[in-house]
Amino acid sequence: MPLRLHYNLEKVSMGLVGAIIVAASIGGIVEIAPLFTIDETVAIPADLRPLTPLELAGREIYMREGCYACHSQMIRSLADEIDRYGPYSLAGESAYDHPMLWGSKRTGPDLARVGGKYTDVWQVDHLTEPRSVVPASIMPRYPWLTAPLDTSNLSAELATLAKLGVPYDADKIAHAEADALAQSRPDSDGAADVQKRYGAGVAVRAFDGDPAELTEMDALVAYLQSLGTQTAAAKALMAGAGP
Amino acid sequence: MRVSLTTNERQVAIGLSFALALMGLIMAAAARHGPMSVHGIMAMALGLGLVFRLGGVLYEDPPASPDRDGHYDDGPTRAGITMALIWGLIGMGVGVWVAALLYWPEATPPWAATSFGRLRPVHTTGVIFGFGGNALIATSFYVLQRTSRTRLADALSPWVVLIGFNLFCAWAVTGYLMGETQSKEYAEAEWYADLWLVLVWIVYFVLYIRTLARRAEPHIYVANWYYMAFILVVAMLHIVNNLALPVSLLGAKSFTIWSGVQDAMIQWWYGHNAVAFFLTSGFLGMLYYFLPVRSGRPIWSYRLSILSFWGITFFYIWVGSHHLHYTALPYWVQTLGMTFSVMLLVPSWASAGNALATLNGAWHKVRDDATLRFMFVAAVFYGLSTFEGSFLAIRPVNSLSHYTDWTIGHVHSGTLGWVAMIIFGAIYSLVPLLYGRETMAWPRAVEWHFWLAVSGTLIYVVSMWNAGITQGLMWRTYNPDGALAYSFLDSVRAMAPFYLLRTIGGALFLTGVVICTLNCRATMRSAGQRQDARDRPLAPQPAE
Repeated sequence: MPLRLHYNLEKVSMGLVGAIIVAASIGGIVEIAPLFTIDETVAIPADLRPLTPLELAGREIYMREGCYACHSQMIRSLADEIDRYGPYSLAGESAYDHPMLWGSKRTGPDLARVGGKYTDVWQVDHLTEPRSVVPASIMPRYPWLTAPLDTSNLSAELATLAKLGVPYDADKIAHAEADALAQSRPDSDGAADVQKRYGAGVAVRAFDGDPAELTEMDALVAYLQSLGTQTAAAKALMAGAGP
Repeated sequence: MRVSLTTNERQVAIGLSFALALMGLIMAAAARHGPMSVHGIMAMALGLGLVFRLGGVLYEDPPASPDRDGHYDDGPTRAGITMALIWGLIGMGVGVWVAALLYWPEATPPWAATSFGRLRPVHTTGVIFGFGGNALIATSFYVLQRTSRTRLADALSPWVVLIGFNLFCAWAVTGYLMGETQSKEYAEAEWYADLWLVLVWIVYFVLYIRTLARRAEPHIYVANWYYMAFILVVAMLHIVNNLALPVSLLGAKSFTIWSGVQDAMIQWWYGHNAVAFFLTSGFLGMLYYFLPVRSGRPIWSYRLSILSFWGITFFYIWVGSHHLHYTALPYWVQTLGMTFSVMLLVPSWASAGNALATLNGAWHKVRDDATLRFMFVAAVFYGLSTFEGSFLAIRPVNSLSHYTDWTIGHVHSGTLGWVAMIIFGAIYSLVPLLYGRETMAWPRAVEWHFWLAVSGTLIYVVSMWNAGITQGLMWRTYNPDGALAYSFLDSVRAMAPFYLLRTIGGALFLTGVVICTLNCRATMRSAGQRQDARDRPLAPQPAE
């Protein structure tokens, strides 16, 4: 009987089309739709801050250079990963990430909590000439990151992300370019404003060592140093779970 | 290349080409600088090139004869195979290059465009979409016409599909080199390229359905079910995964509307079903046509083909979450992904078994005919890699294999062993037929290609298995005192011999593709007049 049914279905092209669409939709609907009841699924930590404009620019350089192809940003809940990289990643930690950069391959180590693990100088040297600090490294060199950073689009980017639900208010959007510059100039007038807008924990430093010029290196190092520092939720959870 | 178009169709084609050039001009002018303007200029150049080409043909060649409905329309298939070979060389050439960079990190010029991170998506897009996609489109046109005993519903839209798809591929890979990427794996192209692909895909679907509606056979053959699932589900995946909000309509930058854990789930729902519906479904369509034709044996079991088709279509869509075991994705979704991954083995092995059982009675041909042997090996690797896939999706296994090169080995056993092998089988079957010849120009070279492909695949896959298991074990080994035994760098050092071997395996495989391309070129250049009198559409008659 089912065979007979199929025998007839094969004669109706739109019938096959409809059946394929139904068969191929069910799994996706069952698995994806519930994730959008976001309040129950993902607890966004109260102290989670969005990236600063400079860090956001760094994230885009991270994507542009394809760093995600070799570095994950998702620590699994396995003992060795927690011992190696730190507390396992929480869903809430990437709630503002459009797109997420969890990655799928570790040719290099996980970077979810790399922020603060190395100095700025180490990061700059490592990006410029990886084998000067890690002789066995197989990471590519990125000498072109000394180029000046283009900040002209940052306000529009923050505004776009705000439309998607990332908490960038009008004040943050209006000052995006100024904040990007100020975050790399600790002695400038705007430096305090960056921390006022994004929190006292935000690093305000000349990331590439030269406060005179805002470079792509500044942005990328600022982003790397922010990884894992946008909320203390994961560390608090691990501390609470300990003996 | 002969393009059989009537005067009216030529005028429409010139109009469309002008529209493409105009669109390119507007894009270039609006974006002013950056990748989007380069892409506008590319579209403009392509549009103008087509205008000149059609303008030349329009005035020189006689228009298509009214009796063309008595022949199949194979022009787009010929062009599609050529494009598949060109993309194959680009994609696999870059693949060997990036493989070498993991062993010799300095073996690349110090330019941004040639660094590993930008080249790697050129490899994946080049082989999946460029090589695989063109082969699928080319063979789908061929198979659709033969199994429906009718000519394609119109003469222009197959060219729109083929040229439009290749423009998408070219936009995508040149974008990565210029640093333009959404960073979603296997969906890196930016928003306007994604929109363009949706347009192309709608034309493809409409052409497919219109041609099926003209068919002279009451039943729609199995191969077409698979090609249809490929077209439909890829559209669904592509649209949902690529929903993005551009920062400005005048620039390439956009933000995907999904974030965090939802984005991860949608990404791997897309990512794994790109494997299912791009790299499996369409190629099973190819297998279901070319394997029986080449071996001269009917498909072993019709019932089994129904079971495996619906099993694959229904089960596959659930399995993407097995990419996210032990992550922040809710546990129940991981469990569902794992469960369906294991169940998927049933329809997968039903397909592979059906293919192998079809060869019963034709094993002497498998022994003597390298082309059929390509298809046989494809079916074997399909069975092996689907078994491995189900195995790797099991949570504890995945805790070892995930993030390691085992995954890379698994993917390549599927793509080199299954997808590429079935493409070569189809190409060696088709090229002589399409160019009026009995055989390829160099039949012995097919044998060479076969052994290069098999040995390259085995070396690649075995070295990546070893690499992945070594990595996974080193990462999780503890000393008796409770400290981790190896630093991450220790595991990087341990990879060196495997990365070297993998590069050698890839180079062998690439050598085979170079031979294949030269062989195809030689065959195309010495086209004959041979025609099969039975290879023509039946008089148009309404489907039952």
